[in-house]
Amino acid sequence: MLSYKAVMMSGRDNVATALEEIPAGGRVSVRKGEEQLGVEIKEHIPFGHKFAMEPIAAGTKVMKYGQVIGAASQDIEPGRHVHTHNVESLRGRGDKQ
Amino acid sequence: MKLMGYKRANGTVGVRNHVLILSTIVCANHVAAGIEKQVPGSVSVTHQHGCAHVGADYEQVLRTLVGFAAHPNVYATLVVGLGCEEVEAEKVAEAARKAGQQNVAVIIIQKEGGTLKAIAKGAGYAREFMSQASQVAREEIRMEDIILATECGGSDACSGLSANPSLGYCSDKMVELGGTAILAETTELFGAEHLLADRAADETVRKRVYEVINRMEKKILDMGVDLRGAQPSPGNMEGGITTIEEKSLGCVYKGGESTLQEVIDYAYKPTKKGLVWMDTPGHDIEQLVGMVAGGAQVVIFTTGRGTPTGSPIAPVIKVATNTYTYENMIDNMDVNAGMIVTGDETIAEVGERLFTEMVEVMNGKLTKAEILGHHEFGINRIGPTV
Repeated sequence: MLSYKAVMMSGRDNVATALEEIPAGGRVSVRKGEEQLGVEIKEHIPFGHKFAMEPIAAGTKVMKYGQVIGAASQDIEPGRHVHTHNVESLRGRGDKQ
Repeated sequence: MKLMGYKRANGTVGVRNHVLILSTIVCANHVAAGIEKQVPGSVSVTHQHGCAHVGADYEQVLRTLVGFAAHPNVYATLVVGLGCEEVEAEKVAEAARKAGQQNVAVIIIQKEGGTLKAIAKGAGYAREFMSQASQVAREEIRMEDIILATECGGSDACSGLSANPSLGYCSDKMVELGGTAILAETTELFGAEHLLADRAADETVRKRVYEVINRMEKKILDMGVDLRGAQPSPGNMEGGITTIEEKSLGCVYKGGESTLQEVIDYAYKPTKKGLVWMDTPGHDIEQLVGMVAGGAQVVIFTTGRGTPTGSPIAPVIKVATNTYTYENMIDNMDVNAGMIVTGDETIAEVGERLFTEMVEVMNGKLTKAEILGHHEFGINRIGPTV
């Protein structure tokens, strides 16, 4: 089956980055360290955007490059778009002071 | 490949041989631009500053202007002032002479008796400087005397996958050859500072990394705002970057894997060779100007969304993170790193290509920004206008 191109930057990540535009229903197979992981994409993912590779519960850290890039602001299912609507930055938050 | 440049009397080396028309005050901008118009090939710098600054802000504006006036890429500087401003033209000229700029002249508009007379006299100086500059030949120079400024702007999700790691490869190679590479953009290291701190040469540098990051973050926290919207910018977010942490983690790759030798303030010259971090904002032009004022002779600038900007006195090499942007903005892009994204080239292969391009540009090949006359300039202000 055709797999859309995506990449996981580190074995510690829970998201992958789309290397091409992926339509809802598209299948993706991505290498995570030694493993090969598959996921079905639940919604349209633009080029360069991220999607969840595993369930990410609200409040959980979102990992890319093996590092923390923010925290989920709601539960995110595998295959869902991971972006500003469901991830909060943890830095420079003067509004939370 | 031999590196050919201009040896200056103070021991520095340039890769360009500009005649600079430097306005010291917003009120002198029109005259400076007028002189440039009369003498094709000269380059003017205009800006909105030069008066009603106090304290560290005044010092920073002055230091930046002097950094340009005495830059090794500049053969001669004509300083243009009004006559009543705080950043006095004579003071800039004197500091430039002290820093080793041998060819300096000054035009004061109030002294000359107005716009037309100032332009006429200034054009005379510029004409003479152009004639002298044209007689200086390139000689072989050493990589140890080169400072590479690294920058990313209009980042997208590919910045951290392709162009920035390639620039990091190039920066590491520079450092191995004895040269210096500057990493900047303090805001765009929020969330990645620990990676840089871990590579600090000693405990003092390690502590300084956190001090500088915390100083910048405190300013934002004190303003009571969410950084998002400014960092990442709307274009960054459209390109797939979700948070400042994600942007920073892609950004930090520009510094390669070298040891961090020192942390310097805005527009200061590095005192060490190797990888140096300059405290600048993420604003593309302000950081570029800070690094060039600090003595960087060449700039490599990666971009995901595409940006046309350049420097009046330093060649700026643009690297596209993806093939779409490279092709879409071919007017402004010098190198394509997009083949890393498609798996057709490795980071090292693009890094080598980038290094070769940098050497060719230092030897005289014009960048797109130079050909199209991109001369953006802006100083990072750290105090109010009073």
